[in-house]
Amino acid sequence: MARNVKLRIWRGDSKDGGLKDVTVEANEGEVVLDVIHRVQATQMGDLAVRWNCKAGKCGSCSMEINGKPRLACMTQVASFGDDETITVTPLRAFPVIKDLVTDVSFNYKKAMEVPAYEHPKNLAPGEARMEQIDVERSQEFRKCIECFLCQDVCHVVRDHEENKKSFAGPRFFIRIAELDMHPLDMLKNRKKTAQEEHGLGMCNITKCCTEVCPEHIKITDNAIIPMKERVADIKYDPVRWLGTKIRKREGL
Amino acid sequence: MTLERHKYDVLVIGAGGAGLRAAVEAREAGLRVAIICKSLFGKAHTVMAEGGAAASMGNVNDKDSWKVHFRDTMRGGKFLSHYRMAELHAKEAPDRIWELETWGALFDRTKEGKISQRNFGGHEYPRLAHVGDRTGLELIRTMQQKIVALQQKDGRETGDMESGIKVFAELTITDILKENGKIAGAYGYWRESGEEVLFEAPAVVIATGGVGKTFKITSNSWEGTGDGHALALKAGANLVDMEFLQFHPTGMVWPPSVRGILVTESVRGEGGVLTNNLGERFMFKYIPDVFKDKYADNEAEADRWYEDQDNNRRPPELLPRDEVARAINTEVKSGRGTEHGGVFLDVSKRIPAEVIKKRLPSMWHQFYELAGVDITKEAMEVGPTCHYIMGGVEVEPDNAAAVGVPGLFAAGEVAGGMHGSNRLGGNSLSDLLVFGRRAGMGAIDYLKKNGANPVSDASIAKAKAKIQAPFDRQGGENSYSLHAELQEITHNLVGIIRTGSELKEAIEKIAEIRKRSANVAVSGGRVFNPGFHLAFDLDNMLLVAESTAKSAITREESRGGHTRDDFPEMDTKWRQINLISSFDGEKVNIREQALPTYPQELFDLFDIHELEKYMTPEETSKGGTK
Repeated sequence: MARNVKLRIWRGDSKDGGLKDVTVEANEGEVVLDVIHRVQATQMGDLAVRWNCKAGKCGSCSMEINGKPRLACMTQVASFGDDETITVTPLRAFPVIKDLVTDVSFNYKKAMEVPAYEHPKNLAPGEARMEQIDVERSQEFRKCIECFLCQDVCHVVRDHEENKKSFAGPRFFIRIAELDMHPLDMLKNRKKTAQEEHGLGMCNITKCCTEVCPEHIKITDNAIIPMKERVADIKYDPVRWLGTKIRKREGL
Repeated sequence: MTLERHKYDVLVIGAGGAGLRAAVEAREAGLRVAIICKSLFGKAHTVMAEGGAAASMGNVNDKDSWKVHFRDTMRGGKFLSHYRMAELHAKEAPDRIWELETWGALFDRTKEGKISQRNFGGHEYPRLAHVGDRTGLELIRTMQQKIVALQQKDGRETGDMESGIKVFAELTITDILKENGKIAGAYGYWRESGEEVLFEAPAVVIATGGVGKTFKITSNSWEGTGDGHALALKAGANLVDMEFLQFHPTGMVWPPSVRGILVTESVRGEGGVLTNNLGERFMFKYIPDVFKDKYADNEAEADRWYEDQDNNRRPPELLPRDEVARAINTEVKSGRGTEHGGVFLDVSKRIPAEVIKKRLPSMWHQFYELAGVDITKEAMEVGPTCHYIMGGVEVEPDNAAAVGVPGLFAAGEVAGGMHGSNRLGGNSLSDLLVFGRRAGMGAIDYLKKNGANPVSDASIAKAKAKIQAPFDRQGGENSYSLHAELQEITHNLVGIIRTGSELKEAIEKIAEIRKRSANVAVSGGRVFNPGFHLAFDLDNMLLVAESTAKSAITREESRGGHTRDDFPEMDTKWRQINLISSFDGEKVNIREQALPTYPQELFDLFDIHELEKYMTPEETSKGGTK
């Protein structure tokens, strides 16, 4: 049951661009990425779009669909009304390269700034023993497919280029939380560096990131808030603050 | 404009599991390494691997050992695997998994806190280390983060995090360059800008994965265009046994836009059953003679196996993939399929909803979001999808060196030999770890004796001209349409069931498309232009398809991922033969090459009566090499 859908696609590059209207056929069950591909194969051979797995597993086809950050491969055409125009635009928080493709290198730079996992020195390969319940907390964050929709939607950087330098963004807060909750990781002070070096304090918990996460990771509730609470506990509790001074214990 | 140039010790083409593992090995030995990925870093097809990585750690059943794993692998491949690769793989896989844990990987656990292992087709014991059904993502993320760890170490030492290892994302390699008969580097272009890049490196590791995009229905992403297979062929390497393609038995079939997307074998490993439109659990009818003693022939025993594996035979849903794919194909062709041309796969009757959501979370998500099916309540519709190529670059087992091209290495799906005629599920993730590392070691050894090998201006000019050519043509062929035509041909004539006459037709048609593809024209500019990108991918796919079709018409038997309607039996004579593809600059040529005989100690791992099913009487009476 093919029908025609109206698409409005942003076309352009780093200098200039605008929305172009096209009409394209859509078949039953198709997702927005399918119709974009059909436009590419039949009407706009050089239309730039990223994609890989087409199954919501790789996080490549991130874009904004009717203004909302989404994966094009997981957005059903049928979820829009028959007469509704589907507007697709590139991620707003990152510089456009061409059409729907943006320069997401910001995220890879931030990834390099998060100190790596540190394995216990005397724990040989194969000797690790962990309870399932203990690995599950970090496993939730390791589900992240790095689609960067959370980075795109986050208002700290979405319209504030100047904040990018000091703000790692939700994706990397869950990376830090994941390492912080990792049963074996030996590096101390992860929460403290999240606060002091990666801009955790700039987040004011509007939960936009959680809302757009295609993996349904509870970014705010399970990663950001627990880290913020612990940071606050230790920073403002005079007894614990003293404890970190006297016993030279790393509290965070 | 001046050409962008880079000099490295090792160039790794491909940033999936095998490429990243090779890069880690080479960097840890102090070499400077460049990693090329066609997509963004961390998006390679490895992320799609769901079920797990096979390694005989024996965490769930302590009877498991490398010997059992080796036997299962050889059986799964119908005794066509290179024995040495299967041996190294089985012996080293556990160490490679444990090593990932020291890099931060978090696998699911057993009650004792060890790495949990699950059942899978063709594996005698629960053997697959896993993280729910997103094991590939865990592997690639762990190695991606290991690369970052190495970069941070370099940063502390040199002040530049990218001084020792650098990732070049969204870059396509169009030529592997040789000088004086040895590897000198590679040439390509940035996908984002279309600008060209030269890499000078005396050692190149190809880890580009598979060829699925040559086919119409596939579980592979756009990246699976056989780039490494084609680059290697053109550089003078051989491909081995390219007729063996794995059609994964369970891909999605409905709606049409998701046709081919993988449904993990874990669904069957966790207890999912296959039924036809009569409600019949049909796999009991398709147990081949060689497997009769290992698989249950009735439902009661098959069901008991999930609780007691020592006293029952396995359910036939867990036969090797080639058997299950052919069975589904037969059911559908005989009119016992579903409305949309598949069969039913149901896990909802055996497992409680919350357990399904926990063990198969991404399957639940995938069916719910893309097909509107709740797999905790209803059956999935599934059918075969082109998933994996067993054939690939002919390599030396121990160091992954490509035969015939000094300085070239290949690992992972792009390499051939390891899986014989059919790969067992779970053996791919372990393969890429074991042989990715060995390719890195191979490069390290090679560089002890071989230094820089500068690229000549003539080679650069030639590579440059090739990239510009499609822009200079006016009104030529459209690469999208040629690609669609190729996919029709492979799907219809080189698919699951093949015959000589159709293969002959395929070879002629592929040659014709190749002729037309020389006239592909590209509209638009160089900046992120998918039409331009496809022009080069298409060239690779055509060469790979030619190799597959020619290899397939030569092998006159049915074995594993190669089924000939006109030669339906497995033939002991053909078991002794690898088919080697080489490229003479114009066309692919096929020749026969004898498989090495097993050393005595590996020969002795098998019951002689089992070997008699696969080998000639002369072979079994002769035994292994002493």
